[in-house]
Amino acid sequence: MALLSVKDLHVSYGAIKAVRGISFDINEGEIVTLIGANGAGKSTTLNTVAGLIKPESGSIELEGQSIVGLHAHKVVQRGLALCPEGRRVFTQMSVAENLEMGGYTRSDAENKETLEKVYAHFPRLKERRSQVAGTLSGGEQQMLAMGRALMSKPRLLMLDEPSMGLAPILVQEIFDIVKQLNAAGTTILLVEQNANMALSVADRAYVLEIGTIKKTGTGAELLVDDDVRKAYLGG
Amino acid sequence: MFFTQVLNGLQLGSIYALVALGYTMVYGIILLLNFAHGDIIMVGAYVSWLVMAQLGLHPVLAIILSVAACTLMGVLIDKVAYAPLRNAPRLSILITAIGVSYFLENGAQLVFGADAKVVPAYTDIQTIQLGGLALSFPSVLTVLVTIVATVALTIVVQKTKLGKAMRAVSEDMGAARLMGINVNTTISFTFAVGSALAGIGAVLYAMAYTQANPTMGMMLGTKAFVAAVLGGIGSIPGAVVGGLLVGFAEVIVTALNLSVWKDAVVFLLLIIVLVVRPTGIFGRTMNEKV
Repeated sequence: MALLSVKDLHVSYGAIKAVRGISFDINEGEIVTLIGANGAGKSTTLNTVAGLIKPESGSIELEGQSIVGLHAHKVVQRGLALCPEGRRVFTQMSVAENLEMGGYTRSDAENKETLEKVYAHFPRLKERRSQVAGTLSGGEQQMLAMGRALMSKPRLLMLDEPSMGLAPILVQEIFDIVKQLNAAGTTILLVEQNANMALSVADRAYVLEIGTIKKTGTGAELLVDDDVRKAYLGG
Repeated sequence: MFFTQVLNGLQLGSIYALVALGYTMVYGIILLLNFAHGDIIMVGAYVSWLVMAQLGLHPVLAIILSVAACTLMGVLIDKVAYAPLRNAPRLSILITAIGVSYFLENGAQLVFGADAKVVPAYTDIQTIQLGGLALSFPSVLTVLVTIVATVALTIVVQKTKLGKAMRAVSEDMGAARLMGINVNTTISFTFAVGSALAGIGAVLYAMAYTQANPTMGMMLGTKAFVAAVLGGIGSIPGAVVGGLLVGFAEVIVTALNLSVWKDAVVFLLLIIVLVVRPTGIFGRTMNEKV
């Protein structure tokens, strides 16, 4: 059974239909990516799965159990964490406090253990743990946002545009970490505008266009697909 | 004489500070100027009057019930009036707050009548001796209680899990939800803490001025609002400093035999702050969230 299974999902903002009947599956251990242009419905899909937006119709199942209509704070408890677009770290709180918030639904004992693992993935966060998050660089804030999401020990980690606004060298670093996290056992759903990077790390990918899925395949297949190359990889 | 005036300033300022803390906390978390906050003090004063003058029960029970009633009232107001408007434009909820304020004032007038009720003394001790000075016991108690309450509040906000959740929600509600924080519970908790402080303020106020009337919360609340803005709305130390400044301003004006001007001076302070430093003493410039 798929870890996450989304079927015929429809989401609207008032009269505007953002997602028009998309379906996809994510299996345990995979990196799956949703790529597509601005406004294709990628972030809307993640926000809906995370419980921030209520869908109009469709099903979202985590290991066969429906999570549609659950509040976002309940979805986290089920083992789904979203690292949101634009990082959204708590800028006036310290790095350690941000991470503590990430483990809000977990016990202190568990958090202590998870914190060591997060610091192992992101040594820089450990160095800066008492620093206020607003003073971190963009790359460090992205790492903090990812570390914070990991603190809930998610079965599935959803990353929304982790490379946005970062220098190329940092983009590479972030994607290396994504691969490491996956190798360490975290299933990942990745939304990216940087299709090249996303496809090169992903096991499988879905191409979104105006709220529908246009194409699907392995990352390697889509990297060489003519349509995908023309539309998203600059020829 | 001088010490008496300083103590008067501290006493009045402390009460403003306690009320301003509730204003500033609620503003910090849901960006609402809760204009019904002052009226919560009126509720607390009436409860003290009911328990002591009507039921003849012990003052300690009156204190406990007053603080409990204020806490409950604060949470209830949020649940009934503000929570349904969480996603509404900010103006709607602001107007609702004004409506709740009128509702409480007129409700109290309906139930208790328009005339002031005399709240009996909570304690027989009127003065305490300190190094040859006879100090007013209610004044000293007010200052001490305010110090303890402020320290306790700071610890709650800085160190406890719920306090940190409050800070997270106040900074980014959506991100806080993604952490697994129950935003509604956190907001209720904020109202509870802010209103409990108002309840303590109510007891201290009734101790000093020994009366309860339906509109007593209006001017008190407005001045506490001035205090919160003066200190920088959203800032906890700001509310305390702002409260003390407003209290001292009033006491100084009164000491100069210009007591008819004391309200005007407080609002003049507000105007000066809004013109010179709109973010207040401890305020940060906040970027509007998009």
